[in-house]
Amino acid sequence: MEGLNIPFNHILLVACLLFSIGLMGLMIRRNIIFILLSLEVMLNASALAFVAAGAHWGQADGQIMFMLILSVAAAEVAVGLGLVLQVQRRFKSLDMDNANRMRG
Amino acid sequence: MLEITLFYIAATVALVATVLAMTRTNAIHALIYLIVSLLAVAVIFYLIGAAFAAALEIVIYAGAIMVLFVFVIMMLNLGEKGDQRERQWLRPSVWFGPAFLTFILFAELLYMLNGIEGPASTEAVSAKEVGLTLFGPYVLAVEIASMLLLAGLVGSFHLGRRYLEREE
Amino acid sequence: MSELIWLIPITPLLSSVVLMLLAGKFPRALIAVLGSGSVGISALVTLFFAIGFLSNPEPVQITYWTWMQVGNFAPTVAFYLDGLTLVMMSVITGVGFLIHLFSTEFMEDDVSYARYFAYLNMFVAAMLILVMADNLLLLYLGWEGVGVCSYLLVGFWYQNPSNGQAARKAFIVTRIGDTAMALGLFLLFSELGTLDIQAMGEAAKTNWVIGDTMPVIACLLLLGGAVGKSAQLPLQTWLPDAMAGPTPVSALIHAATMVTAGVYLIARTHELFLFAPPAMMAVAIVGLATSLMAAFTAMTQHDIKRILAYSTISQIGYMFLALGVGAWAAGILHLMTHAFFKALLFLGSGAIIHCLHHEHDIFKMGGLRTRVPVIFWSFMIGSAALAALPFTSGFFSKDQILLNAYLMPGVGPWLWFGGLVGALLTAIYSFRLVFVVFFGEANTEPDKAPGKRMAIPLIVLCILALVGGVFTIPVAQVFPDVGEQHPAMWVEMVSIAVPLIGVGIAYLIFLSKQLNVDGLVNSPVGKGLKRFWFSHWGMDWLYDHLFVKPYYGISAMLSSEPIDGVYNLIVSINQKLNEWLSQSQTGRMRGYIASMVFGLIFVMALSLGVL
Repeated sequence: MEGLNIPFNHILLVACLLFSIGLMGLMIRRNIIFILLSLEVMLNASALAFVAAGAHWGQADGQIMFMLILSVAAAEVAVGLGLVLQVQRRFKSLDMDNANRMRG
Repeated sequence: MLEITLFYIAATVALVATVLAMTRTNAIHALIYLIVSLLAVAVIFYLIGAAFAAALEIVIYAGAIMVLFVFVIMMLNLGEKGDQRERQWLRPSVWFGPAFLTFILFAELLYMLNGIEGPASTEAVSAKEVGLTLFGPYVLAVEIASMLLLAGLVGSFHLGRRYLEREE
Repeated sequence: MSELIWLIPITPLLSSVVLMLLAGKFPRALIAVLGSGSVGISALVTLFFAIGFLSNPEPVQITYWTWMQVGNFAPTVAFYLDGLTLVMMSVITGVGFLIHLFSTEFMEDDVSYARYFAYLNMFVAAMLILVMADNLLLLYLGWEGVGVCSYLLVGFWYQNPSNGQAARKAFIVTRIGDTAMALGLFLLFSELGTLDIQAMGEAAKTNWVIGDTMPVIACLLLLGGAVGKSAQLPLQTWLPDAMAGPTPVSALIHAATMVTAGVYLIARTHELFLFAPPAMMAVAIVGLATSLMAAFTAMTQHDIKRILAYSTISQIGYMFLALGVGAWAAGILHLMTHAFFKALLFLGSGAIIHCLHHEHDIFKMGGLRTRVPVIFWSFMIGSAALAALPFTSGFFSKDQILLNAYLMPGVGPWLWFGGLVGALLTAIYSFRLVFVVFFGEANTEPDKAPGKRMAIPLIVLCILALVGGVFTIPVAQVFPDVGEQHPAMWVEMVSIAVPLIGVGIAYLIFLSKQLNVDGLVNSPVGKGLKRFWFSHWGMDWLYDHLFVKPYYGISAMLSSEPIDGVYNLIVSINQKLNEWLSQSQTGRMRGYIASMVFGLIFVMALSLGVL
């Protein structure tokens, strides 16, 4: 299907909103799961921006970037959840504030 | 006309679902809302002609990554206690600072978006084009991505081991 | 005879070295023989040389070797002996020998017998080098040497810390004078190109005109050195405290020889002083002021040695007065006679202290006339000479000084009048001493009589104190002729009468007790004056507040290392900053995220051009 006259900056606006929401969630939540979740939201928002830009210019590069972002998100989630398991085992809770031995 | 309406509906759904996902106390609920948001974004992808991206979004993102999330959460077995704790941590007073910062950032982003014009897309980008570009100029990126996934694999294998302390 | 001149300073020096190194093992008798014998040999050689010189009065100059050669500065180790040197050498070796003899009995109970004689011999050697030196650099060597020996001997009984303090005070105060003198030497060398005393006299005639500023400055600096060593204003505060040393030391160093080094210096460099009339006036005024101040103070003191110390300061003031008015020969004559009677007085007081088991306060003595007659007559003769009563040696010398002072144009009569007041006070305090100690009731009984080795020097000095003024000292070729003016007869009469009046006053107050000044003394004004004069016109207090306390204050301030404080401040600022900034490392991820967002906002604002 063609252009469909969806204004480009509206899509970018949506992407920015999603990003901001994800960022706010990242800053607010203390549970590790939710932090990872917020990261996913942010990644998704940037992926949306890439794909929209690629479609705007009519090139495939946007979708390729999207795929790379996808693989990054997958790897990150895998490692992140492994960390969640470790945190759960060590601190017996999922509070991110427990991991503060790097303070100083 | 119809597509524009569709777009706005999908955008609204995505936003609302994301907001809900951020504010739930139960992790599973939040995950489900997130999956809904991802699906809405996939709809947006389809509407602007990136059908392949839409398919990938659903299959991989919502279908693999989120499912992985669900598995791990259920494995952790948080329970009702986890919900209560979350509620405790999510008091309104915690929201002010982050909301303020986010608002400023969003304002800047808006400012940046001002001069951009034009339709979202004029023609669809087919999967064939994507494939050709991917294994043409971007083949190195493919290799690097595979190495990245390998690193993720090894890392998650090591971190997921049960008796990490005993081995040391 | 001149080939053996070198024996004169070397024998005591050698003896001193031997005593320092080896005499731990020697018996007392050997130490005594070595110590006094070496000075005795010097005295004999001096005597032979004197006999030769008197028959053939030619100055002798012997150069031994060149000390150093730097550019055109080549001082030598050389001796120059003329009449002035001969007088000084005779006094040093003669009186020195008598004092050494006295010491062999006075110090015989002391543990450090050998150390005493080692120091005393070294002193004699240094003093001889001082007076025999051909150039000012060698003189300065002797000058410093006597300063060191004075320090060592004043602090001889070092186990008592106040003796050490007195020694330090002596050394430090004279050091100030020595620095002035060194500056004077630098100036003289740069002006005249040489430090050879005779050559300097010649160079001065070509380079300088009477009334130039350079000679005045150089001579004032030399005067600064002289007042340090000779305990004149403003550097005289060390001498009364130096009485902490053994009494023969006080006799030799602080009466007869070292304190006259300043007088000798000015007399030796008189050719330079003749080019600087303001400097000579300064010499005279310093001498007169010191003399009067010390005389007032001596009247209030009650420690026998301190009375004699202030008396020494006063008498040296007279010598300075003489030099200042140009009566060089009179000053040197007074130096010689003063050596005789002051050494006599000091040795006598030493004998008293020895026999009264170390009592120093005169008001605790009394009635010693009948108990130790030798000492009594010594003191009588010595005090008579000090007061310049007729037919004593002091009479001749002091008389000449006063007359020459009167003859000076301008302020002469004022100087003479000041000298008269001083003479009056001298008579009063010296006979006050005699009457209080030797007459009246005995408060302390002597437990032993002075032995032969103490009595013989006393007797010899008595004879010298009586007749020593009759000789004309052979300085006629050294000093310029001052002419044979005579002031009016009444001046001489007054000069003779005043000391007698003083003796009379002392007699009335202290012996026959007919004149009662208790009311005057105990009045508020009287008490205040007495305290003021007793503390030597507050000079110690003044120096304490002017120099010592600020110095201690500054060093206390600096002991907390304020300069380091700047660096410590930098360190502590860094540490504070570190503490403050490290608080941002909470270890909590949310904080880090928030700061990252903050940074992101900032960078974006910058790149968008908003900021």
